[in-house]
Amino acid sequence: MSVKDDWQRKLRSEISEVAPEAVADALQSGKGVTVVDVREGEEYRQGRIPGALHLPRGFLEIEAPSKLGDRKGRIIAYCAGGVRSLFAAEALRKLGYTNVESMAGGFGRWKANGHPIAEPEPAPRRSEADGAKGPSAEWVARLQKEVPAISPVEARKVLEASNGSALLLDVRESDELREGRIPGAVHLPRGFLELKVEAMLPDRGLKLIAYSTDGTRSLFAVDTLRRMGYANAVTLAGGYTAWAKAGLPTEVPEGLTARERERYMRHITMDEVGEAGQLRLKKARVLCIGAGGLGSPSAYYLAAAGVGTLGIIDFDVVDRTNLQRQILHSDDRIGMKKTESARRTLEALNPDIRIVTHDERLSSANIDAIVSGYEIIVDGCDNFPTRYLVNDACVKHGKPNVHGSIYRFDGQVTVFWPGKGPCYRCLYPEPPPPEMAPSCAEAGVLGVLPGIIGSLEAMEAIKIVLERGDLLVGRLLIYDALEARFRELKLRRDPNCAYCAPGRVFPGYTDYNQFCGV
Amino acid sequence: MSVLLRIPTPLRKFTGGKPEIAAEGASVREVLDNVEAVHPGMREKILEPAGGVRRFINVFVNGEDIRHSQGLDTRLEPGDELTIVPAIAGGGGELESEHGRGRG
Repeated sequence: MSVKDDWQRKLRSEISEVAPEAVADALQSGKGVTVVDVREGEEYRQGRIPGALHLPRGFLEIEAPSKLGDRKGRIIAYCAGGVRSLFAAEALRKLGYTNVESMAGGFGRWKANGHPIAEPEPAPRRSEADGAKGPSAEWVARLQKEVPAISPVEARKVLEASNGSALLLDVRESDELREGRIPGAVHLPRGFLELKVEAMLPDRGLKLIAYSTDGTRSLFAVDTLRRMGYANAVTLAGGYTAWAKAGLPTEVPEGLTARERERYMRHITMDEVGEAGQLRLKKARVLCIGAGGLGSPSAYYLAAAGVGTLGIIDFDVVDRTNLQRQILHSDDRIGMKKTESARRTLEALNPDIRIVTHDERLSSANIDAIVSGYEIIVDGCDNFPTRYLVNDACVKHGKPNVHGSIYRFDGQVTVFWPGKGPCYRCLYPEPPPPEMAPSCAEAGVLGVLPGIIGSLEAMEAIKIVLERGDLLVGRLLIYDALEARFRELKLRRDPNCAYCAPGRVFPGYTDYNQFCGV
Repeated sequence: MSVLLRIPTPLRKFTGGKPEIAAEGASVREVLDNVEAVHPGMREKILEPAGGVRRFINVFVNGEDIRHSQGLDTRLEPGDELTIVPAIAGGGGELESEHGRGRG
């Protein structure tokens, strides 16, 4: 018999459990009942009981006094299956709430019995230490005296010398790990601690070093652990934040969160992508040159597809004449930096990826530093000097250069991948003289055209990440919008190419404005 | 000997807006010479004064770049398709005034 089973049995005798039907009735009667959802954020986002207040188990002791009203009012806690809510109810009682019940069978039974499900409320920014008020603050203060703590630097030493007898225990919610965690830590969210710790870590002699974000939630976790017989459990002072601040190693864990799995469901369903492919996208680093007509759809779709690190370089500001085609921007952003406007649009679309903005003009002085942070370059720039500069940098660094360009109703797409196929200079050894390069402002461009060409660029970039399909390497796809025709032309490497010929030493960057006669 | 010549948008002002025209000639050079007679001014947009294809233009015969066969002397068969592809820089940005240069 485990401590958990004993504890659970004791709680069942003390805390009244109510059926989902009784909860539904109580909600309908309007007779002042507070239904509290104590599940993790990830579970809550899949749906909740209408009107339920989300107080994740890990934050319960900290946030209850500021979130719940009258201590005599009726409170019904629920989780997924009806066990965590028993432990939650016990914690609420300790805070002085006298009328606390637990919903039997949890949200699973609520759903199975056909009760209505509501959309979740947006998650508030939760903090640990700052959240504790009144009785919570007193409780935290007491635990700070009772629970042994260890500093990050000390913890590191203990772990290194421990030979496996010491272990880090991450008690944060699953969502929180995405930002980073300590390598080697075992993850067991606070809400599941009582339920799972004995099965996961049967050795009660282990020196468990529990950590949360700032070391407050872990006080409660360690208190629980010690009650369960883990006499050597300690809390990491200052939590993950202090650990990271001390410059100790951290990592961003692999794998998709439940939210990402939901977001990318239609990708993951396809064998050609699957979870492994989606993870590749998450780890990918793609740079979009330009946040204009081509960069807009490219960046938009790459962000939507879940490219984990998406760089945008542009030095321009949004102008009203852009908006007929540059769909990242909007009328209320006229005058705003394009990089900033792009960031806002893309983060609103997909908050799970990292947008890196480079608000500067690309030049031979900064291109090496910028390009080296990315694996794939998507060229959506709008002038010849930059085209050649981007090409030369991609040749120098051996990076695939997804190329798209447009003119009036014509589009061209290809992938220049140094070593695997021709480069831009193999195709066009020299730019046209300015008098032969009519401007877009003079010539115009139909707004949908960059939408099509930029989307094709995004598709090629994603195929490169996934290592799927046939790339446009050595093939130039030309699109004539008026004729509604795609044609494909074969491109070959120029054995005498000034930049990418086999065995050629990189000749260095040149003066691109002079080269292009501008 | 009739071949089909596809005209890129920037050169369609020479063909009255037509995206493709029929032309005669047994080699690429002959075709361009014959086209010049009908649509004066177009050849010099494609060829350098010295006679070679301009470095920012590519001519393809049935999807293959003539630079990798016999250049302007590449032989043509009836029904062959010639495609002229100029470099275009445009990305849907704006005129970059300090470069004094039009951009697509």
